[in-house]
Amino acid sequence: MSETRTGAQVMCEALIREGVEVMFGFPGGAIMPFYHAMWEYRERLRHVLCRHEQGAGHAAEGYARSTGKIGVCIGTSGPGVTNLVTPIANAMMDSTPLLAICGQVSSAVLGRDAFQETDITGITMPITKHNYLVKRAEELPYVFKEAIHIATTGRPGPVLIDITKDAMQKSFVPNWEVKLNLPGYKPNYQPNHKQVREALKLLAGAKKPLIIAGSGVVMAGAFHELREFAERLRVPVVTTLHGIGAIPEEHPLNLGMPGMHGWVHCNKAIQECDVLFNIGGRFDDRVTGKASTFAPNAKVIHVDIDPSEIGKNVKVAVPIVADARLALQALLEDMPSKDELAELHANASDWMEHIRDLQDKHQGKQQYKSRAISSGMTLAPYQVYEALNAAMAKDSNYVLVTDVGQHQMWAAQLLDFNAGPRTHITSGGAATMGFSVPAALGVAVAHPEKTVWVVCGDGGFQMTNQEMATIIQEGIKNVKVLIINNGYLGMVRQWQELFEGKRYSGTPLSGPNFAKLAEAYYWKGLTVERTEDVHAAIDEALATDGPVLIDFHVEREVNVFPMVPQNKSIGEMIVSESE
Amino acid sequence: MRKHTIVALVQDRPGVLTRVVGLIRRRGYNIESLAVGHSEQPEISRLTIVVESEDVEQVTKQLYRLIEVIKVSDVTFDPTVEREMAVVKVHAPPSVRHEIVSMCGVFEAKVVDVGATTLIIEMTGTPSKVENFIEIARPYGIKEMMRTGRIAMVRGARGHNAGDYVESANGTAAAAASTN
Repeated sequence: MSETRTGAQVMCEALIREGVEVMFGFPGGAIMPFYHAMWEYRERLRHVLCRHEQGAGHAAEGYARSTGKIGVCIGTSGPGVTNLVTPIANAMMDSTPLLAICGQVSSAVLGRDAFQETDITGITMPITKHNYLVKRAEELPYVFKEAIHIATTGRPGPVLIDITKDAMQKSFVPNWEVKLNLPGYKPNYQPNHKQVREALKLLAGAKKPLIIAGSGVVMAGAFHELREFAERLRVPVVTTLHGIGAIPEEHPLNLGMPGMHGWVHCNKAIQECDVLFNIGGRFDDRVTGKASTFAPNAKVIHVDIDPSEIGKNVKVAVPIVADARLALQALLEDMPSKDELAELHANASDWMEHIRDLQDKHQGKQQYKSRAISSGMTLAPYQVYEALNAAMAKDSNYVLVTDVGQHQMWAAQLLDFNAGPRTHITSGGAATMGFSVPAALGVAVAHPEKTVWVVCGDGGFQMTNQEMATIIQEGIKNVKVLIINNGYLGMVRQWQELFEGKRYSGTPLSGPNFAKLAEAYYWKGLTVERTEDVHAAIDEALATDGPVLIDFHVEREVNVFPMVPQNKSIGEMIVSESE
Repeated sequence: MRKHTIVALVQDRPGVLTRVVGLIRRRGYNIESLAVGHSEQPEISRLTIVVESEDVEQVTKQLYRLIEVIKVSDVTFDPTVEREMAVVKVHAPPSVRHEIVSMCGVFEAKVVDVGATTLIIEMTGTPSKVENFIEIARPYGIKEMMRTGRIAMVRGARGHNAGDYVESANGTAAAAASTN
């Protein structure tokens, strides 16, 4: 082990030591020594050449989100790494473990505006969990170990390592006997037992309790625990956008998604509940609406691994700083007796019945269906989701990736997610258009055995669709892209329709013939314009041994409902155009 | 908005000050003063930050998100020793020089340079005392002034011993990460 290595070889070996198997990247001048070295390690360390660094970053995110492992992306100095800024920011908002490796100009010219020099540690400081500039090769074993530790522990996040070209080229004998020195970084995983008992006391005394499950449940792998906890207390569950899949769609206690485009009964349940147990969600404004009016009657219990999230947006009665799974295990261990829960259980059915009445009254999903049928649309977006639901029910071995916009909200509202955790992958906090196609590439690399369904809009698709070439080059066959093509940047158009007197400024959008574009990339491309052809096209996509794109020409001006207008209480929802 | 005095221990690594300042800026808080320097341990630096904030708890929690931040406390309501230094160049022609020097005596300020028409005065004390001194000196004509920013230390045994955090393996820093 004490042989001489170059800095670049040490980087490869450090990644292998940490269990990394795949990297997504794009080479260039400053990062060339790393590419030179990785050739020797290519059997153990696969490199996927993307068509744009943004694609590499999102692919690494897709890989990470669908596996729970760290995603690795690579770019060269200057424009290479500034193209990684968007995925890094996206990973920061959605707490995705991401390692960005980038080449920097040689230390001799650093700070002199050298060719392709950019201060990327300065640029990414606010959008990384941590970042490093490495100028001395000897630091590489330690920095890689620490970087991956930070990215994957506590609240996960992106970490960037910027390495000067000379540090990668230098030969030295690496010292792998490194011990982490992080006195200020000790994530708290175990809950405080006093707080656990406080939380249970509050819940046991509740008449209208409610659980919000966020992405922390998914990241901690706390599905069984959440389910058991909800069942034993008989408390209904709403899932945030990233919490989808935390409890099966069909589970009787699962109410669906709350928030700006959440169901009326979910939002009303929040507004009426007396104890709100949020596990692994961060009270994002798309969930809370106007925060000061959120859950006005509730005492809030907030479980989060990040202490800075507690009390940030919503006042909290019982804070629990812990890993979601360990917190739920502790809550289950200290679970009060049946007698102590008698009152809670006695009220449970009334409360549940009340929520289900609200659900029956508002009938969110059914309204889409009836609007689709009664309006006489040639092809309503709803029909695509209905057909996809049928395909997903037939074969539940899938991951669904969505982009950002109307189609994303329809997917969250209308699709039945029963395939378990980590099967719904989307860009939430940052809402990055162009996320889906490259993210699907990363998911497909991680899960060649699964069908990777992509639902995206014609706007987002045109931002990053060149990764179709990467998908072919890598021999990936399991990606199936469904474009909900309405010829608009639909979500912005919807706001313009509802709040700006239909001034469609900058939202009508043309595109190429997407099916022909797909064919040009050696994909199968299909175009669907009529409802009656939807099922057959989706079945064909599933049956095809290769990537397929279906361009659905849907009705152009369909809206996502319900909707909470910006900065309004989630109790004030618009449920249809006629309001 | 209330001014809060925050004391922080941070790992002495490149860029740590940029991280702290950048975080406070982007979270929308105003830095009134900032002083940074070595602590009693070589690997650990110590900061005193005076911020204006309605919600200082958020400032401290956000600071903890920085990997290199080891310990943060709001010491505004603690018994502390607070000091600030100002170096002031005052217009001091011979006619008023005696007056200024005797005023320095009252404030226990030191005259550290005597020029033909100027004096440089070093003034150390509590921030309010430094403030008073400057107000008294102002009518004479302040030609230049530099203030260090506040430094603070909690009185008595309780405080911020950087030594507690040097041997990281024994987990003494763990408590700092939790609000439970």
